[in-house]
Amino acid sequence: MKRVKRRYLALAIESSEMIRADEFVDAVWGAVSKMFGECGASQTSLSLISFDEQKSFAVMRAAHTAIEMVRAALATMTKIGNKPTAVHVLRVSGTIKALYRKTKP
Amino acid sequence: MRRTYADLHLCADSDDSERVSSAIGKASRLGYGLVGVPFPTKCAGAQFDRVRKICEEAGMELASRVDLRPRTPEELINGLRKFRRRLDIVAVLCESKSVARQAARDRRVDLLNFPQVDFRRRFFDAAEAELASSSLAAFEIDVKPLLVLEGAARIRLLSSLRREVATAREFHVPIVVSSGVSDELLMRKPPELAALTSLFNLDGTSARDAVSKNPVAIVKRNREKLGSGFVAPGIRVVRRGKDC
Repeated sequence: MKRVKRRYLALAIESSEMIRADEFVDAVWGAVSKMFGECGASQTSLSLISFDEQKSFAVMRAAHTAIEMVRAALATMTKIGNKPTAVHVLRVSGTIKALYRKTKP
Repeated sequence: MRRTYADLHLCADSDDSERVSSAIGKASRLGYGLVGVPFPTKCAGAQFDRVRKICEEAGMELASRVDLRPRTPEELINGLRKFRRRLDIVAVLCESKSVARQAARDRRVDLLNFPQVDFRRRFFDAAEAELASSSLAAFEIDVKPLLVLEGAARIRLLSSLRREVATAREFHVPIVVSSGVSDELLMRKPPELAALTSLFNLDGTSARDAVSKNPVAIVKRNREKLGSGFVAPGIRVVRRGKDC
């Protein structure tokens, strides 16, 4: 069976208010499913790897074939739980180790 | 060579220095090297100089822009006569078919923009694209409505954009993707703008060109034309004097 390639995304969350991890994950799934439907969302294999509330920094994992979908969905996010927010992709990497090495949260 | 990313439609209020400075600073942090700021049609030179200075401080290049909203082709021609030699970019918001056709055939128009929400007034069809391909006009897409609209309105917009992008590519009309935002929280990085274009079937290379190569080429071409040595495309004065 062919190995599934993954990509790790370092994300910066820009908001004037504190965002919790569960709110963030719900908002990301909401944005992906709104844009691509539940079938499309299932192809992204999204999962939250780490979340730093203080630094507004998150690491997510996605299928490498769905990176553009995830980027597009993240770009359309304007609110997280009624708090005006923007999510920016800082870096995409094939391993968590390389991601942390190259990204300064 | 590293790409220069450009956002030709940063709708910062040029009267408000603080907001302009903040928006330009953010554009710089997001990775843009060139921003186009629309100036009002009754703009004073001091206002323009002030924004240019803010851009220089942020290490950015400024492209001055005017958004024309003519109601008739004659009004468009008058506007072009008035502004073409003064500003780097002339964009036309085409709200009627006759204006859209005139804008597409006029070589002084740089960007063709269409109402984002009123789908009956999006006149970018094959005839428009054919006229635009023989002149120099590019098709501009603002991403702001993709971020603020929801539900049926966004679905219809995506559907229109998909059809228009296919038409533009068929007739080799350059596509320029701009933000069109005034709110800083709606500003996105250039790769994010490029990713958003995948929603209307623009491939990766064309998407990156739409936020870098195409807008930069328009500004470069116009600056060359506004230069004192310009004679015609490809011809410029290299030396003046009695020995020439």
